[in-house]
Amino acid sequence: MLKFSAALPANIAAESIRMRRRKLQAHAMQVLPPLLGVLLFLLAWQMLAGFRSDLPGPGATWDAALTLFADPFYENGPNDMGIGWNVLHSLARVGLGFGMAAVVGIPLGFIVGRSAFISGMLSPIMGLLRPVSPLAWLPIGLLVFQKAEPASIWVIFISSIWPMILNTAAGVRQVPQDYLNVARVLNLSEWKVLTTILFPAVLPYLLTGVRLAIGVAWLVIVAAEMLTGGTGLGFWVWDEWNNLNVAHILIAIFVVGLIGLLLEQTLVLLARRFEY
Amino acid sequence: MSLSKKFVEISDVGMTFETAKGSFTALKNINLTIEQGEFITLIGHSGCGKSTLLNLIAGLTLPSTGHLICAGREIAGPGPDRGVVFQNHSLLPWLTCYANVYLAVERVFSASESKAQLKARTDAALALVSLSHAAQKRPNEISGGMKQRVGIARALAMEPRVLLMDEPFGALDALTRAHLQDELLAIVAKTQSTVVMVTHDVDEAVLLSDRIVMLSNGPAAVIGDILTVDLPRPRERLALAENPAYHQLRSSVLEFLYQKEKRPAA
Repeated sequence: MLKFSAALPANIAAESIRMRRRKLQAHAMQVLPPLLGVLLFLLAWQMLAGFRSDLPGPGATWDAALTLFADPFYENGPNDMGIGWNVLHSLARVGLGFGMAAVVGIPLGFIVGRSAFISGMLSPIMGLLRPVSPLAWLPIGLLVFQKAEPASIWVIFISSIWPMILNTAAGVRQVPQDYLNVARVLNLSEWKVLTTILFPAVLPYLLTGVRLAIGVAWLVIVAAEMLTGGTGLGFWVWDEWNNLNVAHILIAIFVVGLIGLLLEQTLVLLARRFEY
Repeated sequence: MSLSKKFVEISDVGMTFETAKGSFTALKNINLTIEQGEFITLIGHSGCGKSTLLNLIAGLTLPSTGHLICAGREIAGPGPDRGVVFQNHSLLPWLTCYANVYLAVERVFSASESKAQLKARTDAALALVSLSHAAQKRPNEISGGMKQRVGIARALAMEPRVLLMDEPFGALDALTRAHLQDELLAIVAKTQSTVVMVTHDVDEAVLLSDRIVMLSNGPAAVIGDILTVDLPRPRERLALAENPAYHQLRSSVLEFLYQKEKRPAA
């Protein structure tokens, strides 16, 4: 008995060390794989740059990025602006086109979800138009608006509206009958049903639509700006290609990826806030 | 039975559903009169149409034939005079328990009462089911039994003429169920509510009811028998266990369910 109780503290200490080690291991397993992946990627890039002298390696790109980001908001005429301005211009276009798509698409999604008749009316049109590459809409935009700026916003609008309509409508269709029975038993007004039952029930689906839409919009803006020119990240990529400044193109790719990731993550966080 | 006491009248009610496979008759020739303050349970094998009958009284579905009258008026749709406690509680998950109950209170009383009065009603309803402490919790933060109590509070807060309960305790474990049955007995004794409850639990039916309405097996279920439970109130679960009358009633329900209306081999 005595021996046992004497051994006990040592046991506890050993146990706690073992637990701490296990926790540390779990932590390492979380951090290690991404870190290794990035390292391997950089290594492959460096090797590739070694074979091709016209492709800048990670080091050279990093140096170029440092000079570029040292002065992100300079303005030397309309076709030579700092990276900050280009990013802001692209974001503004996405925000506008995407915002208008939300204003039109979300209420339309509610209507399509609520009314089988309207859903039936719109489904052949949506089925036909949804698979069309967003850039195919650019000439139509240019024709109608006669200007590059609204045309690129139009492209964002048309490409991000589909996921918002479809996901909102799917959400409305999946509101549990139980909740609607509650509304009927309590005899709630249409407005009350919309605000206290339909909207909260649909919100997670709606946010999924918004997340998909912003992903598409951000994909499309770079391509649209390459064609329309003027300002924006897409224009800048094309401009630097004409200048044969490959380091800047690589930087642009990272910036586009990073901002896309941030937009997506923000919406994922927002969506998590509304999970019940 | 005096005329004024007839509170819910179901006359010659039949219910036929049109399905993809043709029409399906769930209920036929249902006649039942419920008095004010009476506690009725509907019992029968699953699929016999007892929930359909409850939905008809609730007005969630309208009968194919016959009439239903509640407090002198034909039932043409759902309304706050008939509070419903759903089988799966049906609380809105994005609202707190308080807000779930308040939604009902606001709908019924906001035209005639002040905000403070509405709040007092909501608090009182939650206190009635002993859940004042959980008022600010969301449904997913409380247990199944507590959710069902909020559902009861929501229905009672509307001061309905009839409380309709669709297997309210079916999804709960036996201990919680017994606890809530006792609580319901106390609440009904206090509020003098008229209650119609669907159940498949024989003990629950005998413990709670004034009359047990036994439905035959569907399709086209009819009222097979009505058993009057004349056990004195207040009823005590433990005392009843010793009471021969209780056992007699219990075995007549069992007899109906397992001999007369033997469940067809599933």
